Amino acid sequence: MNGADAIIKCLEAEGVKVVFGYPGVAICPFYNSILESDIRTILIRTEQNAAHAASGVARVTGRAAVCAVTSGPGATNVITGIATAFADSIPLICITGQVNSELLGSDVFQEADITGAVESFVKYSYLVRNVKDIPRIFKEAFHIANTGRKGPVLIDVPIDIQNAVIDKFEYPEEVNMRTYKPTVKGHAVQIKKVIKELEKAHRPIICAGGGVHLGEAEEELKAFSEKYKIPVVSTMMGIGVMPTKHPLYFGMVGNNGKAYANRAMNESDLLIMVGARVADRAVSQPDLITKDKVLVHIDVDPAEIGKNAGATIPLVGDVKHIFADFAKEEFSCNYEEWVATLVGYRETMEKKRTPNPDFVDPAAFITMLSEKMQEDGIYVADVGQNQIWSCGYHIVKKGRFFTSGGMGTMGYSIPAAMGAKLAAMDKQVIAVCGDGSFQMSMMELATMRQHKIPVKIIVLKNNYLGMVREYQHYTYKDNYSVVDLSGSPDLEKLAAAYDMPFLRLSNMQKAEETLNAFLAKDESMLLECLIDPMDLVK
Amino acid sequence: MKKRIYSVLVENRSGVLCKVAGLFSRRCYNIDSLAVGETDDPAISCMTIVSSGDERTIEQIEKQLNKKLDVIKVKTFSEQQCITRELMLIKIKYNKSNRRDIMELCEIMKAEIVDMSKHFMMIQICDTPDKIQLMITMLQTISVVEVARTGTLALSKCMEND
Repeated sequence: MNGADAIIKCLEAEGVKVVFGYPGVAICPFYNSILESDIRTILIRTEQNAAHAASGVARVTGRAAVCAVTSGPGATNVITGIATAFADSIPLICITGQVNSELLGSDVFQEADITGAVESFVKYSYLVRNVKDIPRIFKEAFHIANTGRKGPVLIDVPIDIQNAVIDKFEYPEEVNMRTYKPTVKGHAVQIKKVIKELEKAHRPIICAGGGVHLGEAEEELKAFSEKYKIPVVSTMMGIGVMPTKHPLYFGMVGNNGKAYANRAMNESDLLIMVGARVADRAVSQPDLITKDKVLVHIDVDPAEIGKNAGATIPLVGDVKHIFADFAKEEFSCNYEEWVATLVGYRETMEKKRTPNPDFVDPAAFITMLSEKMQEDGIYVADVGQNQIWSCGYHIVKKGRFFTSGGMGTMGYSIPAAMGAKLAAMDKQVIAVCGDGSFQMSMMELATMRQHKIPVKIIVLKNNYLGMVREYQHYTYKDNYSVVDLSGSPDLEKLAAAYDMPFLRLSNMQKAEETLNAFLAKDESMLLECLIDPMDLVK
Repeated sequence: MKKRIYSVLVENRSGVLCKVAGLFSRRCYNIDSLAVGETDDPAISCMTIVSSGDERTIEQIEKQLNKKLDVIKVKTFSEQQCITRELMLIKIKYNKSNRRDIMELCEIMKAEIVDMSKHFMMIQICDTPDKIQLMITMLQTISVVEVARTGTLALSKCMEND
C-alpha cells in the first residue's frame, strides 16, 4: 500500500462518495489509486468549479465533500472555490498534489506554495511530510472541517509521499488535538438570561443566518418560533430556514432584502441573531441593531460575536443544542400585537414593480418557477441581479436555497448545482444564473453531459453585467463601463453543441407552458429567458 | 489606543509564526513587537506580541488568535499586570573624550560593555522597553552604529493561584 492508497482508504472511511477534480502529474498517484475504489470521480473542466461542486455536495449532506487537483496552477485555480466555501463556512477537503518533497522550495515545474497561498481562506491546512501521518491528518482534517464553525481544509501531498510505502494502515478512531475543542453547549446562565429577556420583550425577532442550516437546526428554530409566536427574518445565507410563506417569516434583511424585514429588525426591542455574522450586506449599520434594543448573538464561533456589533448577551455554542435548551424552558409571553404589525408591514411594503411586457419579468418568472418546482427541490442562485431577484421572489417550501453569499463568486451556481444533484439524485436541482455568471462556468456543460448529471439551467439574459450596470446607473449616472456582454454565444447553438435540450422564453405570455416543458423530465436542459436590460433590482 | 501584551503558546511547527503574523497583517492589527522562543516543552513555542488598538480590536485579536488551530493558549495582559524585559545589543563609535561618559552611563543604566575595538564598542542592556528606549536616546547623542533588539518578553506577575 502506498500513500495514495492510504488517502483513498481515509476517504472511504469518511463515507466519501464522489471526488471532483482535475488530474496532473503531481496528483496522478491519487487518481491511479482511486480506480480501485467505489468512490466516483468527476472530471470538472476547471479547478475552481471542483471546489464549488464539492460545496454543493457539502450543503446537501452537511458533511465535508472532497475535491482533488494537481500542484501549481491546479492548486492556485482552486483558491477562489476555497475562499467561496470559507466565506460561507462550507466544509470541504481539498487535496492538492505537490512536487517531490526534496524539490520543495526550488521553484520547479508546477510548484506553488499552496498552503501559504490559502492561509487566510482555510480553516486549516496541512503539508504532508511523512506518509505515516496520512491517516491522522485526514482524520483531523475531516474533524476540523465538519465541526465547530465548518470550513475548508487543504491537504497538500507531495508526489513522493503519495508513492511512498506505508506499512500498516490504521484509521484513527478519535482525534486528539489539544488546540481544537469547539464549544458545543451554550452557557446555562446565558440561556436563562435570553429567556428572561424574551419574557420582558414586546417586540422580539429572530434573525437567522446560514449557521442555522450548517448546524442543522432549522426544525428546532421553527418549533421555538411557532411555540411562542416569535417572528423570524433571515440573512441571504439563512433563506429557507423557515418556509418563505410561513406566517411568522418576514423575509430577507439587508440592503438587497425586503424593506419590511429591515423595518421589523429595526423596530424590534429584542433581536436574536443566530448563526449570522452581522456582515455589511445584511446589516449596513451595526449601530442600529444595538441601539434601543437587546441584542442576543448566538454563534458557534466566539470571534463572530462582538466583531461587527457588540452583543448584550453573547451566547457561544452549537445552534441545535442551544435551541434544544431553549425548548426546555417555559415562559409566558404575548407578541400577537407585534406579529400583527409585521403582517401589516409585509402586506403593504412589498415593492411594486412595473415590468416591461416585452420581456420576461424576472420577479414573476421566479415566483412561477418556485410554484412549479418540486416542493423539496434545490434552487441554486448565482451572483448578480439574478441572485437578488432569486432571494426576493423564490418561494422555499421544503427545499433548499444555495448561493455564494459571503464571497459573491460568479459562476457558482452551475458547479454547485451539479454537486447538489449528485448528492441528491432524487431531487430536482435548478441553477439560475445571469448571462455573465453563466459564461464563467459554461465549460461545465461538458461535465454534465459526460457524467450524466441532470441539472436544469436557467439563464436570465440581458446582455449586461446587470448588477454592475445597475450600480453604474445609480452611482455614475448611466456612464457604463465594461459591462456590455456583446459577443456572447448563441445559447441555442451552444446547447446544441453540447447535445443539450434548449428552450427560449421571450416574454411572460408563454411562461407557463415553457416552464412546464422545462420541468417535465429529470434531464438537463438549458432555458434562456430574455429580460429587460434596463431592469433594476432596487 | 491601548497597549496590550499577548503571550501566545503555539505548536512548535514550521509555518506557525507565518500564520500568526499573517493574521495580524490581514486584519490590520498592529504588531509593536514580537518575540518568539521555545518553552520548557520543546513541542511548544511562546510568542510574545505587543499590540495596540481600541477596546474592540484588542478583544478581536485575542479571539482571532484563539481561532488559529496551532494556538494552544492565549494569555493577555496590560503592562501593569506583567514583568516585561527586552534585550538590546548596541554598537557605538567612541573616542577618548567620551569614553568615561559612556562607562558612567552604562553604570547608571545597568548596562554592560561586552565587546570593543579601538574605535567601537558594543553594549548589552536587558531591561524594560522604556529603559531600552532611554538608553538608545542617551547613546544617540554619541554615535550609534547598529542596534539589535529582541522585542518585548513578558510573563504575568507571580500570583499564589498561578
